[in-house]
Amino acid sequence: MRARLSFRHGVHPPEHKELTAGVAVRRMPYPDEIILPLRQHTGKPARLLVKVGDRVERGDKIAEADGFVSVPIHASSAGSVRDIGLWPHPDGSMAEAVRITVDRFSPQIPRPRIIPHWEGLTPDQIVKAVQRAGVVGLGGASFPTHVKLLPPDDVTVDTLVVNGAECEPYLTTDHRVMVEYPERVHHGIRIMLHTLGVSRAIIGVERNKPDAIEALDRTLPADLDVTVQGLTVKYPQGYEKMLIRALTRREVPPGKLPMHVGVIVQNVASLACIAEVFETGLPLLERVVTVTGPGLRKPSNLIVPVGSKIRDILGFCGGLADGATEIVFGGPMMGASQPDLDAPVIKSTTGIVVLTRAESRPRRTYPCIRCGHCLDACPVFLNPSLLGVLAQAGRYEEMEEADLATCMLCGCCSYVCPSNIPLSQMFALAKAGLQRRKQQAA
Amino acid sequence: MSEATRDPISAGDPLLQLRASPHLKAPDSTPKIMWNVVGSLIPVIAAATWYFGPSALLVIGAATLGAVLTERAFGTPGSLADGSAAITGILLGLCLPAGVPLWIAFIGGAFGIGFGKLVFGGLGQNVFNPALLGRAFLQAAFPAVMTTWPGSPGEIPSWSQLRGDNLAIPFASPSTDAVTGATPLGLMKFESTPTDVTRLMIGDISGSVGETAGVVILLCGIYLAARNYLNWRIPVSIFAAVALFSGILHLLDPARFASPLFALFSGGLMLGALYMATDMVTSPVTNAGAWIFGIGIGILVVVIRTWGGLPEGVMYAILLMNALVPFINRATQPRPYGSRGRRAGREAPA
Repeated sequence: MRARLSFRHGVHPPEHKELTAGVAVRRMPYPDEIILPLRQHTGKPARLLVKVGDRVERGDKIAEADGFVSVPIHASSAGSVRDIGLWPHPDGSMAEAVRITVDRFSPQIPRPRIIPHWEGLTPDQIVKAVQRAGVVGLGGASFPTHVKLLPPDDVTVDTLVVNGAECEPYLTTDHRVMVEYPERVHHGIRIMLHTLGVSRAIIGVERNKPDAIEALDRTLPADLDVTVQGLTVKYPQGYEKMLIRALTRREVPPGKLPMHVGVIVQNVASLACIAEVFETGLPLLERVVTVTGPGLRKPSNLIVPVGSKIRDILGFCGGLADGATEIVFGGPMMGASQPDLDAPVIKSTTGIVVLTRAESRPRRTYPCIRCGHCLDACPVFLNPSLLGVLAQAGRYEEMEEADLATCMLCGCCSYVCPSNIPLSQMFALAKAGLQRRKQQAA
Repeated sequence: MSEATRDPISAGDPLLQLRASPHLKAPDSTPKIMWNVVGSLIPVIAAATWYFGPSALLVIGAATLGAVLTERAFGTPGSLADGSAAITGILLGLCLPAGVPLWIAFIGGAFGIGFGKLVFGGLGQNVFNPALLGRAFLQAAFPAVMTTWPGSPGEIPSWSQLRGDNLAIPFASPSTDAVTGATPLGLMKFESTPTDVTRLMIGDISGSVGETAGVVILLCGIYLAARNYLNWRIPVSIFAAVALFSGILHLLDPARFASPLFALFSGGLMLGALYMATDMVTSPVTNAGAWIFGIGIGILVVVIRTWGGLPEGVMYAILLMNALVPFINRATQPRPYGSRGRRAGREAPA
């Protein structure tokens, strides 16, 4: 018997996962060109190691970690460095990137075993190996994974929470990883538990993925304390704070990390990636991406080399269907519209969703009628209605007092607002504005 | 077009849109909510016409015309389409006596929108329910007309007869040849004569145009609550408070105080609790606040009906609680995620 596990509030957007939920992962052929931005993770960008004209093999390090909260970048294909300079980044900015012309005749054989086997390594050595492999959280946050493997001495971690919720509509990346590579997920959990010195792991999966729950249950290792928990289907169930609340009944205080309540959270794809790194000896070079949406001809789940351009991936998926209007990186609730088809997939890109006019048509904004629907939707119990009024007046300091910092920009308030007030966008601007004001004051 | 892969566009293709997240949107919109409220009132208007004949339609129409024309003249361009002015007009018409001269109903609608809503800044900005403010204004300006009730439907010779001097010339004294009666609340208060509750429920009584058919109003309200277009906590807490309070009084002195069922289905309570108090703009934004708001209205209704000089108190009860909404909101702010004990700690003496 499994209890109904969830959190309070949240929203139920249409899921649309049927487009790709049953589609097996395919490997996309190497494109002609790979774009590798030096900033693909939270923390300091990697430091460049190559120069124009250099020959690189698959798996070669082209930029190295700059400090502890940073990871190296590796060439995801054999080829030659064509250019180094500013290039469209999926976050909407121009960022420094290495442009590699793929060697079409290369057998793409990597250098042998860059990453050692983990058995027999000390936790410290595993942490270093994970950093050397360039592993970051693949669920979208892109936080360097090795940092989470080394909690400071003053915190005690007792539970590894494994995030298989995948609450964003359309996306089936984690779903397919769980269905097709459940052993790898469990292997990743094993490495993680060993390194952290933790004995308990809980995998949370939304109940709209019964095949994933079944696959993970079937491959459960007998010697580890790992349980699979079905979760209520509700957005944002896959948010760290919501997931921890649902699985452990603990709440992370504002400004604190999950480890302060004894929990480390890892996404299933990141865990599979850790396992793969140690199994193959190769760093993070490719990832599973869901390419989907009503505006795409052939919705697919693909393994693509990191650095593949949107243009090449959409082309491989049959191109755009008539009526496509918007290309979103990540899920449609939190993802970012892409202005440029030359932007590459980076390590944290979970999906590419092509929307049509039906989803993206402009809607008129009305005044707030204080219906309170945003309060009923907010998973962190803020008052978006009040925050919206303050944001419109530019009263950011008062927003801070009204706990703006607790807002994680999940977008539930904007989603339900009948007056179409862009609440979460206003909150994102307010957060940025506050930071700017503080920097100016300092 | 051939199935051949079309080049998925060059950079800067005009079809690419840039929007902030979330990129999906729930189907509800403010005009949809407002027009749903208007639609849900159609059975109430039909019941009013059944009981009060053409007078009902004329009064509701005049009040709505006053509200809508004022919104059109002084409101934001295009604001008629959001439907909120129509709601104000219809609700005002529903809480007027059927015999009220049309020009007075028109002025009430115009006052409600003009001084109840537009002077505050239009939709979403007003403190008081505009329809009730319009009614309060009429009550103060034309007290005689506003307390002249037509006879109950059974006392009227024919359905098509006007229930009063609807067509009176502005500022002329209305002729008084209509059949007049007393409302159940008036009978109870001044003559201690209770009315049969079944008649109250179906609306076969004297009273305001749209307030008499209690069961119809209740069903329409349930429809809105089921679609989440009204906060069910407000009517439920009003009903509970009224039933409890009047029940206690009834137990103390059954001859003087009406039964809880009588209290619930008499006067404007049904319409007030389901349609006036639940006005999103003038009710609390928090659910905890909705309970406080509703209980406050319920208590005030019984207090005014029992000890006040008027037989009915729903209007003043709601307007009084409207004024307290900002304070209720402030007192019932939700506790953010992860802040357990933090607030208490901040307030505790060092």
